[in-house]
Amino acid sequence: MTTVAEHKSGGMGKDVIVYLCLLVLAAIQFFIAYQSIVAAQMLVRMMAVAVVEAGLALLFFMHLSENRGLKWFVLIFTVAVILGMQYGWTDSYRLVNGAPWAK
Amino acid sequence: MSQADLTMQGHSTAAMAEPTFSVPAKKMAMWLFIIADTATFAGCLVAYGFIRNSTPDWPRPFHSITNVALMTFILLTSSLTMLIGVRSAQKDDKASAFRWTMITALGGILFAALHIREWMGMIGEGATLFHNPWGTPLFGSLFFSITGLHLLHVTGGVIALIAVGIRYKGGRYRADDLEITGLYWHFVDLVWMFVVPLIYLLNLAH
Repeated sequence: MTTVAEHKSGGMGKDVIVYLCLLVLAAIQFFIAYQSIVAAQMLVRMMAVAVVEAGLALLFFMHLSENRGLKWFVLIFTVAVILGMQYGWTDSYRLVNGAPWAK
Repeated sequence: MSQADLTMQGHSTAAMAEPTFSVPAKKMAMWLFIIADTATFAGCLVAYGFIRNSTPDWPRPFHSITNVALMTFILLTSSLTMLIGVRSAQKDDKASAFRWTMITALGGILFAALHIREWMGMIGEGATLFHNPWGTPLFGSLFFSITGLHLLHVTGGVIALIAVGIRYKGGRYRADDLEITGLYWHFVDLVWMFVVPLIYLLNLAH
């Protein structure tokens, strides 16, 4: 028999499954690190895995899936801030490849 | 209507007001802290990415992933033990909740110990905050700053877990307080998921 709280959030079984998924995803990141691919491709693959890991941790370990309003608040705020920080990438490429003083 | 009546009315309205997103104030405060801290870590990691990208011949000094893999395993497992502790607290099983919270704190201490061992190895090879034997000194600055910031969070988390765990056992704190501390602990785990690939795995010597 499960309690109301366990029923609401799926109980320990769900937590263990999410934990195992996180372990597998972490192992995939380590596996990607040993692939013979260019750094940019490696970065994309690793970040994709990290985003899935973060999503699982947020939704199930931090119980964000149980509160729709808070979920969107956290998601929109965080994604907006992180996206806002991406403006400098083109400049970093210019520094290493384009500008004469960077040589 | 007297001033006292107005004040009373004001208080009762405030007391009846629906909490934001139906989340208790303490939990909401933790979520706001987590959002702010996400911006801090994101800022550090984006700055690291910018510098790494714009620096030719960025060093790749890591030869083994054993230590970092073990650290990752410990931190992920400590998140699970934290969940078990919180669930025990929700069932009002104080002894079990305290035990699992302390196991989580022990996981944090183990993680910190392995982290310091990693640092000592790097320092032993000549890398410091302002010096790097493999090239640009910025590598040392970024490596120690970012991993240091994370280690600071882990240390703070361990102290919080022990303090809240003891007070929960003593009856001064409730299950909610343990859950809020757990939120912070999961966040520390979440940040590590980004630190590992960016700082360690992308700088692996092939």
